[in-house]
This record gives sequence, C-alpha cells and structure tokens, in this order.
Amino acid sequence: MKQKLIVIGNGMAGMRTVEELLKLEPDLYDVTVFGSEPHPNYNRIMLSPVLAGDKQVDDIILNTLDWYKDNGITLHSGEEIVDIDRLGQKIRSRDGSELSYDRLLIATGSRPFIIPVPGADKRGVIGFRDIEDVGTMLDYAANHEHAVVIGGGLLGLEAANGLRTQGMDVTVVHLLDSLMERQLDKPASTLLKATLEARGLKFLMQAQTSEILGEDRVTGVRFADGSEIPADLVVMAVGIRPNITLAKDAGIHCERGIVVNDTMQTFDPKIYAVGECVQHRGDCYGLVAPLFEQAKVAANHLAQMGIGRYQGSVTSTKLKVTGVDLFSAGEFNEGDGDETLVLQDPSQGVYKKLVIRDDKIKGAVLYGDTLDGTWYFTLMREGTDISAFRSTILFGQHDVGDAGHGDASASVMALPPNAEICGCNGVCKGEIVDAIGKKGLFTLEEVRAHTKASSSCGSCTGLVEAILAGTVGEGYDQAPSKKGMCGCTEHSHDDVIAAIQKGELKTQQAVREALDWKNPDGCAACRPALNYYLLANWPGEYQDDAQSRFINERAHGNIQRDGTYSVVPRMFGGLCTANDLRAIADVSDKYQVPEMKVTGGQRIDLFGVKKEDLPAVWKDLSDAGFVSGHAYGKALRTVKTCAGKNWCRFGTQDSTGLGVKLEQMTWGSWMPHKFKLAVSGCPRNCAEATIKDFGVVCVDSGYELHVGGNGGIKVRVTDLLCKVETEEQVLEYCAAFIQLYREQAHYLERTAPWVERVGLNHIKQQVLDDADNRKALYERFRYSQTFAQVDPWKARADGEAAHEFTPLKIA
Amino acid sequence: MTDWIEIAALDDIPRLGARVIRTDTMDVAVFRTRDDRVFALRDACPHKGGPLSQGIVHGTTVTCPLHNWKIDLASGEALGPDEGCANVFATRVDGGRVYLALKAGEAAA
Repeated sequence: MKQKLIVIGNGMAGMRTVEELLKLEPDLYDVTVFGSEPHPNYNRIMLSPVLAGDKQVDDIILNTLDWYKDNGITLHSGEEIVDIDRLGQKIRSRDGSELSYDRLLIATGSRPFIIPVPGADKRGVIGFRDIEDVGTMLDYAANHEHAVVIGGGLLGLEAANGLRTQGMDVTVVHLLDSLMERQLDKPASTLLKATLEARGLKFLMQAQTSEILGEDRVTGVRFADGSEIPADLVVMAVGIRPNITLAKDAGIHCERGIVVNDTMQTFDPKIYAVGECVQHRGDCYGLVAPLFEQAKVAANHLAQMGIGRYQGSVTSTKLKVTGVDLFSAGEFNEGDGDETLVLQDPSQGVYKKLVIRDDKIKGAVLYGDTLDGTWYFTLMREGTDISAFRSTILFGQHDVGDAGHGDASASVMALPPNAEICGCNGVCKGEIVDAIGKKGLFTLEEVRAHTKASSSCGSCTGLVEAILAGTVGEGYDQAPSKKGMCGCTEHSHDDVIAAIQKGELKTQQAVREALDWKNPDGCAACRPALNYYLLANWPGEYQDDAQSRFINERAHGNIQRDGTYSVVPRMFGGLCTANDLRAIADVSDKYQVPEMKVTGGQRIDLFGVKKEDLPAVWKDLSDAGFVSGHAYGKALRTVKTCAGKNWCRFGTQDSTGLGVKLEQMTWGSWMPHKFKLAVSGCPRNCAEATIKDFGVVCVDSGYELHVGGNGGIKVRVTDLLCKVETEEQVLEYCAAFIQLYREQAHYLERTAPWVERVGLNHIKQQVLDDADNRKALYERFRYSQTFAQVDPWKARADGEAAHEFTPLKIA
Repeated sequence: MTDWIEIAALDDIPRLGARVIRTDTMDVAVFRTRDDRVFALRDACPHKGGPLSQGIVHGTTVTCPLHNWKIDLASGEALGPDEGCANVFATRVDGGRVYLALKAGEAAA
C-alpha cells in the first residue's frame, strides 16, 4: 500500500516540492493537497503584473486542475486545515473532516503584517498577498479615487505602481527616509523615487501612521504629527510574517518561522516544511529562488533518497515595475575596510555600485542598466578574484573581453518580440517570453529544454538569463550556488574532480557509486566528462571507454549533417611537402571524396567520407606518414604558425620551427575542450596568436606567452602570461599551462571562460611564481603524453574497434 | 505473422552501444543496454534524421549525436519536452543470438 503524504499549502513552495517528488518517486505516495485559496497553484510573484494590467489571472496559473488529476493528486482548494494531531498522525479541516498521514509537508507561506494601529480592521484595509487582494484592489481602482500604500519596500512599490496604472491617485507612506532600504543604498533609492514621482506616484517619507480614519469604511490616514490624507483604500505592505499558527498550535518548535534542519525536517521527524513559513539557520526567505532550492531538498528526502542538503541561499532582487531597471544583491552598504566602485551617470539615469572586500564582490546595486546584474551575482556567489579586471568591471562583462553581445547594453527587455536571441536555434525573444509564461519556467535549464535557446553554443546565455530575470522578476531561480554536473547528480564538476583525485577513484562505476549517481549508466552529458576526468587524472591506469565518448571521438572523425565524416590529417605547424599533398590527392581520388577544403588551422579537410571507408582512408594516410589531426576531439587541435625568420623579412624567431616542436610535444593530448595554439614570428602576429588558448608572439629578445584567447563564439583576446627567453622555456611553460587546464578546468570549458573563472592570478601563481610546481606540471604532462601519443587512425586501420565501422550483415 | 531474422551474436554489439543493419529501404540501429537487453529503432532521429546508432546509450535511452534529443529505446518516443517518435522493431535474444522482426510493411515504411 502506498504511503500517504499530505501537503498543507497549495502555493509555489509546496507544489514545487510535489513536482520534484514526482520526478524522483512518482509512485511512493498518495498525495493530498489542502489550499486555503479557491485556486490551483499560481505564480504569486506575478500578482504585480496582474494588478498593473500586464497579465490576467489565467496567465499566472502554474498547475492547472488537470495537472492535479493527471498526477493522481487529490486537491482540496478553499479548505483550511485547523488542527494537526501529531500523535494520531492526522489532520482536521475546518469542516471537521479528518485525514491521516504518514508524512506531512507544511507549506503555509506567510501573511502580510498589518500594523496594529487603531482602525486597521476597517473595510478597505488590505494586504497584498493573493488573488483576492488583487481583486479587491482592482474593484477599488474602478470605483474610488485615493489609495494609500503603507510601506516603501519592494512589494509596496509594486502595489503602488499597479494602482497608479489602474488610474488611482496613490500616496506611498514610508517610515524611513529612503525607499527599498533593504535592497538599495541611498543614491539608487533617490533615483528610484525620482523615476516613480515622474510617473505620478506621491511619497510621504519618514511618516509614521498613527490611525486609520473612517466609520465602517476607510476614509483617510492620520500620522503621528497630526496630519491627515484622504484614502478609500489602504494597502499595508510593511512586511510579511511566516504563517506558523497551525504548526505552533501542534507543538512543533517555531521561532520566527517553523524551525527546520538542513533536510527541511521540522522537530517532528514525520513533518517537513518548506517555503516562506520556515526558518532555516536563523533566516526566513521571502523570495522564490530559495524556496525552490528548499523544495528540491525536501522532495529528495521525502523520496527517501536522503542526499540533498539545503545550506541557505544568497539572493538577489529585481523590481517588477515595467520600465524601471533595478538590481541588488548581497551587502550593498559598505562596512569597515570595504572598498566601493561607483559609476554614476545622472543624465542617463544610470547608477552602479559594487562593494569589494579582499578583491571579491560582496554586494551590488544597479539602477538604470542592470544587464550585468547576473554576471556580478555570479562573480559574487563564486567568490571570483576580480583584481585582474577591476578597472573595467563597472563597464560590464562585454568590456572584460567576454564580448559577443556588447551591443545589447540597451536593456534586453526593450527588444521587440521578434528580435532573435539564439542564433544557433533561431529562437526569438517573444518565444522565450511566451514559454516562460505559459509553461511556468523559472530556470535557465528549463528555458533551454523548452525553447532550445542558448542550448547550443551558449553565447546568448546572458541574454536568456536577462529575459528570464526580466520576465519573472525576483522569482528567477539563478543557478543554485552549487550546480550539479547534470541531472544524474547533485555534485558539481569541482566536487567530482576532487573526489577522483583525493578518493583515488579510478573507474566511472566507482565515481558514480561514491557520489550517489541517480542513474547507474550516467547520461550523455556526464559520461564523456567522467571519462575525461579519469583519463586526465590516471594516465596509463584508466581504460578509456569508447561508449562514453561522443561519436566524433569514438569514430575519430567529425560527423557531418548527412551522417558522413570528415577527415583531417595532422600537418605539424602547417608545414607540408609535395609528397604529403600527393598522398592526400591520391586518397581523395581513390575514395571519391566529394569536397576538400583548406582549414583555418592550416591543414586539409576531406569531406563526405563514408563511415565504412574510414579505416581504409586512414590506412593510406598512415602509410604516407600522417597521423590523426584530432580535428574532431576535445583535444589538442592545431598549432598555427606564420613564415618566421627563415623567410619573412620581419621575422624575429623561427616561428614555424617552434610551432612544429610545440605540436610534436602536445599532439594526441585529450583536453577538457578543444585547444588551439599559434606561434607568430613578430608582433605583427600573422598567426593570430592572441586569440588562441596558448599563443606565442616572438619578439627580438625572446617570446611572449599569451593564454586564454578565443576566436570563436565570443572573441576574447588573450592575457599576457609572461615573457621568456628560450624555446625550451616556451615548451615548459606551455606544457605546464596545458596540464593545469587539464587538471582543473571543467569538462567542456574552454580556456577563455576558465581563465575568467579562476582568475589570471591563480594561473600565474601556479605556473610562474612556483617554479617547482611548474616543473611538476610539465612532468605530469610529459608522462601522460607517453600514453596519449598513439595514433588512433593507425590503430583502427590495423583493425582496432572494427565493429564501429562495419554494419551488421543479415545472416 | 512475425518473421524473426537472425542478425548477430549478442557480443557483436558493444554494451551501451549499437550496430547498424542495412535493409533495402533503410538503416536499422540495434542497441544493447548494460543488462544485455536489445532494442531496435529506425536509425533516424524524429528531429532531423540524425543517426541514433551513433549516440550515447544510457539506461534504455539513446541521445542523438546531432542535437541531443533523447529517444526511449522501447517506445521510440522522444523524451520530454521534445516531441516525436522513431519506428520501433521487435527484437529477441535467444542462445546468445539476436533476432530482429522486420515486417514487410515496416521495412517499407
């Protein structure tokens, strides 16, 4: 018989928990949900747009009645629970009916705090919390003139803006001298007030409400100084209180909220709690992102998997008032010893402030231009050392070299619906906004799954995040502070790398067992990653698993859209002989290669080779002295060179010769992602070395070494690592840099984002400052190369993995 | 009536891998799971015709190599949120040999 799970609270936190639970263990429980409101679960954070008339109630329903039915969930909407009998394990609703449970989930949310002044119980005094409140406000807006909103915080301003949009005369009353003081510093708050005043809102600052006036119905508000203003409607938006009455009456330990541990369990082990009603490590949260993290953890434990832990959240805020761009996160008011970076452009209405401590971002306030909010938030959460780019950080991400969409500095939300956001998959802004609204999406992953936007090359990720943030406001669930590698595990790439290195895990099975993988086989995302991590950490010991490689690496060719393959033989340093070219021409004739092309990496690509022909093509090339160019792999690709001083009148060093040496040292090496090198013979830089993963620019006195460049999706110019004097040094530093990248970067992370993530200083410390460490890295790279420099083409031409290339024959 | 055609020894197909059978009208991908179950699908992803036989197999799912659609090996259905279905063919393993059912109608489909 199934166990019985009762959920008290039909809101976002409770239903998210049920959704997460259904994903993990759909058949474990009979689920019954009680909600005091007469609606299915809706998106509470979208009430402001409903009030402002930007959306209808139907638009914000997250789970339709059919959803409850399809998932076998019994929903009692409009039915309040009045008692929990913990000993008898049952609950009683207002109409007296009782129901027993095996597990209980409390998700009763919060209530608006009504200031206890005389008259606060009059008709026309309401909070701003649910659909009913919005209905009341819309009624008043249609029939009355004066509205007073008490509270100049996030919620109060959204309510005030909505009522003003509906045509009311609105006065915002605030106890303090600056609006949204919990999210904004003084200058940003002043800008915000000016913007809202220009829209017709009135403000009474430092005003203490002393009485609500009127007979039965509200007619006005009186303040402590004796002044009065007229009011037909008073909205109290001074804060929320966790709704703990039910839990408290049942004897469950509560402080400000229902106290839960890291597994979201209350002091009664059969009872869990999530959402705004809980208090975790002393904090209560009123934003959606933390609630969703809690829901995930609670579901995991309800599903008896027992691995997730909730460790608190760092949150950020956006105000959902159309046309007002505002973002805040962390500690935005500087403390002792903190530094602040400020950019102020009053005529453009732009204000940006970052609070810095120990070279790390501790808080941010952005007004007018919030495009980089998500970037600052990520830097803050990950504790990135920003010293390398602090001089330009306020100008935004595109100014730090991570270009690509720098022209999007005009707010993304101002773009028309038909603006193309994702160039790879042809997804327009309108489609993304629609999907977010209709399907109730909150995370980048969900938007990717449903629209494909930013799911290919990823360069539009920032834009998609901005649209997500702009559409769902603070409900936007920014990636949790620690992101699982894929759906199979909660563990991050760094966790997995550390476990492999420190736990001496040497097989994929061992990793998946040690880290509680959800799927025994892993998936198409984590298998190649694990295969790489094991290969990079245990060279010579780990047996490469062909079935964990993407087809290109398994077949050692690039799969093309028609299912044929391309073949690119390696040409060291781009040098070739007449015999080489003749051999390639012969192969092309013999196998009727439809097209040949000179690649950007200075070699020749043969397109349209049938898979069955690959071993024979390779045999001919191998006989002529070629090895695989690994043009298909997360591996060392090419070393591009210019003519150099043997020929060029400007050349300062033998760039071609050095390129050949570098390629001979590095070819065959598997990497987290593809890796390209170049050597230019002089600062004219004809080999374009400053957009490569590792680039050498020869100068008269030696060699400049550049790292972390990228000429692809996002053009990024390299950072100068150092200057050295000899070719031997170039080889040593190059190998050390590569090995550091191989050991520490995440799978599928190019050097450009890796360098930005860990900071150039980290790389300099490991490769420059610590000579012993550099030598050790160099030695580890050379050691791993003794296993890697085996030509996969020759091996397969000689019969290895023949099953890969031959179809089965019907017996 | 089902005609069972003997196509290979089980061990000719790599675990968590696939092999291709050429018929007159199409390619059929034959998959083998970790626990040695065998499934067969038309070797064309319902999305853009990608060769499913070249994808990564995990559980009873294959991920298409072209655009990462996940296809259920038993039903041929794309797993949400994508929508589409690849043709499924019956298979049978008997005495270490793999048999495939290609009905005339299906083969021509």
